[in-house]
Amino acid sequence: MTMVGDIVVVEDAVSTKARKRDPLYVDRVRVYPKRVHGTFRRVKWAALIVLLAIYYIAPWLRWDRGPGAPDQAFLIDMPNRRAYFLWLEIWPQEVYFLMGLLIIAAFGLFFVTSLAGRVWCGYACPQTVWTDLYMWVERLIEGDRNARIKLDAAPLSAGKLAIKSTKHGAWLAIAALTGGAWIMYFNDAPTVIGALVTGAVSLKVTFFFGLFTATTYLLAGWSREQVCTYMCPWPRFQSAMFDEDTYVVTYQAWRGEPRGKRKKGESWEGRGHCVDCNQCVAVCPTGIDIRDGSQLECIGCGLCIDACDGVMSKVGLPSHLITLDTQSHQAARTAGRPLRYRVVRPRTILYAALLLLASGLMAAGLAARTTSEVTVQHERNPLFVTLSDGAIRNDYTIKILNKERLARHFVVSVEGLAGARVWIEGQEGLALAAAADAVTTARVHVAVPGAAAPAGSSEIVVAITDIASNATARHGSVFVGPER
Amino acid sequence: MPTKLEKDAITGMEIRDHEWDGLRELNTPLPKWWVYILYATILWSAVYVVLYPGVPGFRGVLDWAQREEIVDRLAESRAAQAARLDRMGASDLAAVAADPELGAFAIAGGRAAFADNCAPCHGQGGAGRPGGFPALVDDDWIWGGSPEAIHQTIAYGIRSSHDETRVSDMPRFGADGLLTRESIGDVAEYVLSLSGTAEDPAAAKRGGVIFTENCAVCHGEDGRGIADVGAPDLADAIWLYGGDRASVAASITSPHGGVMPAWTGRLDEATIKMLALYVHGLGGGE
Repeated sequence: MTMVGDIVVVEDAVSTKARKRDPLYVDRVRVYPKRVHGTFRRVKWAALIVLLAIYYIAPWLRWDRGPGAPDQAFLIDMPNRRAYFLWLEIWPQEVYFLMGLLIIAAFGLFFVTSLAGRVWCGYACPQTVWTDLYMWVERLIEGDRNARIKLDAAPLSAGKLAIKSTKHGAWLAIAALTGGAWIMYFNDAPTVIGALVTGAVSLKVTFFFGLFTATTYLLAGWSREQVCTYMCPWPRFQSAMFDEDTYVVTYQAWRGEPRGKRKKGESWEGRGHCVDCNQCVAVCPTGIDIRDGSQLECIGCGLCIDACDGVMSKVGLPSHLITLDTQSHQAARTAGRPLRYRVVRPRTILYAALLLLASGLMAAGLAARTTSEVTVQHERNPLFVTLSDGAIRNDYTIKILNKERLARHFVVSVEGLAGARVWIEGQEGLALAAAADAVTTARVHVAVPGAAAPAGSSEIVVAITDIASNATARHGSVFVGPER
Repeated sequence: MPTKLEKDAITGMEIRDHEWDGLRELNTPLPKWWVYILYATILWSAVYVVLYPGVPGFRGVLDWAQREEIVDRLAESRAAQAARLDRMGASDLAAVAADPELGAFAIAGGRAAFADNCAPCHGQGGAGRPGGFPALVDDDWIWGGSPEAIHQTIAYGIRSSHDETRVSDMPRFGADGLLTRESIGDVAEYVLSLSGTAEDPAAAKRGGVIFTENCAVCHGEDGRGIADVGAPDLADAIWLYGGDRASVAASITSPHGGVMPAWTGRLDEATIKMLALYVHGLGGGE
């Protein structure tokens, strides 16, 4: 055996045929997380209860929007192209609000991650929440870690079959409830649940109900940590948000090493505080050893901290051998230097600034959001029309998006064109009726006497005034006359 | 064939043989379910090629074709429109225009039918074309601009082969020797004076006498035209064949007699009604 830099040449493969290469694919190592008590576990339960409550209760909240409008507080109405969030009614033209929300969520995630590591992964990610719920059910039915290992190793028997089918039955029931809740965000909740129970739902609803039931069952029941390790992109690039001042779940090696089993009454002199009990590994939902250092598989849930604290109190040592700490603190503690912590650093400033910017833009957008939108399009075929009395006429297509749930009336007028005569095709007068919650299209004509017509294109302003509120929207457009 | 097995000193993991600019790769084994998914996608593609058209010359067991799906969807949407089109065909124009839903459908349908059938001569948006293809967006109508009049023009055409076609037959005053060249020049000058573009008042005055005797019967005493007989307004600013003196004289000498085909038989009644309402709504409808 020779060593070249960091590479160890094990042996000559030709001369020793017995030596085989490592396989490219391996069996999944099953993880049997053990039950644990402690602060982090309590926070995780609280997060689970709050998040599941929001998920299941939100679609049942009602919000009165008047007659003819859905009264569900949170509803995405695909067939009618509307999304309702409390007082907000989003039209497809305003989908940027949804995008803004996602951008805010992304920068919020980056910001929190740079400060406190993978809080999202450990506590709030749906994959984590449902996996936690599924593990709780599993523990109720099959027992804790050792019982589950024993059960899985045991040959198939009637008893094992009964326990396993109970567990999968319960999992499927939860999955169905999850899928059922998801479709409530896209349909009126009481109606669609009633229809689901009586079997009177459309094929589309059935499909999505089945899809979310199946994915919940597979991802939370079967895939679990495999989702985080192999499928999710976030663990792969979240390290870009980390630095030496980010709080992450840390094994304090300077205190724990050298580790080793310890007999009762043995002195702590000359050895570390880690008694190598493997409790941190036993409780880990992703099955890793945190003592190997920060790693991709760690979702930062802190359950190993709870497990280790329990052991530390039993052996009479201070808690937090595994703790939340920064790399720079650990380096300082190891070297015996004073601790330095910086909350304000380039990356936190950048993420906070981007977060504020995105939130500010969203808030400004919401504040400036109007209940009507007007577009004015100048007719190009033809650019102008000569009338029998020699007057020059231009035509405009005006579209009014009336986002209110009542019909409104708008007066059309033209500014910046002397002697202009304005009329609307197919109706008397200049009051344009905009139907409630709809787009109204009108063909508007503007004519000036031939002598007064501008040569070529000249800029005008089309003003559209809401009769009730007297608010005016002005749109720049052009009036085109013959070249002279 | 590699001759050596190498391991990373820190992780104890095997190092693969390939190398890029000095960078080596650890062998991090994937879970087996990952490779099973790969096999499943390969199986899926095999099944897909058997069921659907994936190989040239083989349509697949299901005999599915995108083209047929589109044909089916077109038939579906036609069936969905059938009720409206039937109602359109059965109602009179005023009733269609008064019904907001049917009226909007007529304008949209008329726009599509216009682009397919009418735009080659009358231009996109009814702008008209030089050489006898009248603009339909203006307020000047040779045969009348009410929805009913427009409907009749579209249905039966002008000087078309249809029995009920609109016909106006202006005499060939010059070509048939009905008027002398000088008289025609005088009449042309008079016609231009109606819209204030004449330059020779004496000639216009002489032409006025000839106009009253020969032209006023159809074009009216004041030259404003009579839509019932298809005689155009000569006093307005719009000229189908040009408004200069030579063009007007040429029209008197040998009238053009433009032709529009009858659309009855080519388009169904509902489409003709939609076209009439669309053209009427372009801006100059009476």
